[in-house]
Amino acid sequence: MRWLGDGALDHLREVASEPDLAGTPYEIVGTIGQGGMGTVYLARDRDLDREVALKVVQLPDDDDGRMLREARILARLEHPGIVPVHDVGVLPDGRAWYVMKRVRGSRLDEHARTLSLPDRLRVFERICEAVAFAHAHGVIHRDLKPENVMVGPFGEVLVMDWGVAKIGPHPPAPSPSSPTPSQGEGETAKTTEAMRAGEGRWRPSPSEGVGEVGEGSGVRAPAPSPPARGRGLGRGGTGSIPGVRAPATAHGTILGTPGYMAPEQERGEVERIDERTDVYALGAILAFLMEGEEPVPRPLEAIRSRAMAAEPEDRYPNVRDLSADLGRYLDGLPVAAYRESLMERAQRVFRRYRVPILLVLAYLLMRALLILILGR
Amino acid sequence: MFPSTRRSVLLAARDADPEVRRQALGALIDSYWKPVYKYLRVQHRAEGDEARDLTQSFFALALEKGTFDRYDPVKARFRTFLRVCLDGFAANERKAALRQKRGGGAALLSLDFEGAEAELDRSPSSDLTPEEYFHREWVRALFAHAVERLRASCEDRPARFLLFERYDLEEPGERPTYADLGRELGMTAVQVTNDLAAARREFRRLVLEELRALTGSDAEFRAEARDVLGVDPP
Repeated sequence: MRWLGDGALDHLREVASEPDLAGTPYEIVGTIGQGGMGTVYLARDRDLDREVALKVVQLPDDDDGRMLREARILARLEHPGIVPVHDVGVLPDGRAWYVMKRVRGSRLDEHARTLSLPDRLRVFERICEAVAFAHAHGVIHRDLKPENVMVGPFGEVLVMDWGVAKIGPHPPAPSPSSPTPSQGEGETAKTTEAMRAGEGRWRPSPSEGVGEVGEGSGVRAPAPSPPARGRGLGRGGTGSIPGVRAPATAHGTILGTPGYMAPEQERGEVERIDERTDVYALGAILAFLMEGEEPVPRPLEAIRSRAMAAEPEDRYPNVRDLSADLGRYLDGLPVAAYRESLMERAQRVFRRYRVPILLVLAYLLMRALLILILGR
Repeated sequence: MFPSTRRSVLLAARDADPEVRRQALGALIDSYWKPVYKYLRVQHRAEGDEARDLTQSFFALALEKGTFDRYDPVKARFRTFLRVCLDGFAANERKAALRQKRGGGAALLSLDFEGAEAELDRSPSSDLTPEEYFHREWVRALFAHAVERLRASCEDRPARFLLFERYDLEEPGERPTYADLGRELGMTAVQVTNDLAAARREFRRLVLEELRALTGSDAEFRAEARDVLGVDPP
């Protein structure tokens, strides 16, 4: 019997736990991160000869559909602040996977330390833009926190981990280029059915294009070769996926992160979760970004406080209003969340128009001096 | 070595048919004797002869008294149960010097202790807890069995096992590149990737099959699969 050293043992455990991607154009390069929801691998797309992030979710048996939901939601939210999904499928062991753009950069909780307060607030505005876009398409994130925001090397801000997102009554419609022919229940059922039938992969974004380029072009694993894009891709008997129509969170189930969850979310009141739930989490992110600032400007604190109000009715009604108020603060304008005193208004106006005010004062001083000198 | 079915050997060890029982206990001993021996050598600091006698006596007594029948999968994993039994057994044996009473080290089972000793020499000394040490050696024995079964299953595709052996069974610093392996075996890098993936897939299947056989319940099987491979089995 062959001796297995500790190094070989560790290696075998690692490769044996890697997702079985035979029949796909992906090969695992390494592990990017591991969390409660699953593992994100660094993978290489042989067809397109590029690195991608491949997420495999580890969920209870009855909850695999959440993974596909996340992929479907992401695929339809085409926004620079939302990480794009390239591909999705099911492993032979029943776990679902999807391929995203590989995001380089750092998480906001790490990145924020390197930024000044105004820069942190500008990043916050970008987060608000992405979340507002999602809300406009009927998607509530429900797990917004600094760890779920990536900041790229060129300052690009990406909101990640839409795995516990809630789809509202008006889910995002598929883009014209999407392979899904229609939207709503019928389309969902169709996709689910396709997955059930063992059609293990679905490329939601054919606009990505798959050419016969790069190393290994056109060569597949020994399993029946799937076409490079579109649905109806042959992966025999890879297990079924529960329907993706039902929301991932049943009534009373708590999903989210303590400290960033709105009170109604903590209480599991799913029917009360709406845009304002994300507004609360954004307020908590704002509080995180203000940490260490002494003293905290009152208007800014008022914005945070209103965003994090215990009752949804007392919060900003939507993310756009929160973002607009923050924008007014950054522009030196009065914010809706705070009624300033006369003195504070004067100080704000002075800060905002410091240069012209100083110029006028200097001019007046010169005039006064001239009058004084010439008057003698 | 293992029953071809996925039936648990722990359940088969209680079967009414003596032949089924004998085969199941044989499979159990086959999987556990080496971790038991190494555990006695390293954690109980038993000398070679003493560890051999204790290993033999432990399994002989377990067969005689039906120790493994007392295992309840609801209370603990089998490997934990076995290790706790072993700890108690070793302490009692030493205290009462039962080794002599049992025949002074007469070989009861045909076990390759020299091979286990050679493995001990190659194992680095570690600061693992007794539980961690036993677990690691148990995984080593489990994987070694799966590798041998993989070798047998690749008889008609020797290149596939050779790839697996040359790449996945080597220590990290000694691993060739896919391109090197491809040149050596006259394969493209993609073929190397695909054959290696197939071998790993089969290896994982065999490990899960062995785990299924060595556990007493579905919950224990899933917990062990998650611990050993980090996966939820289908």
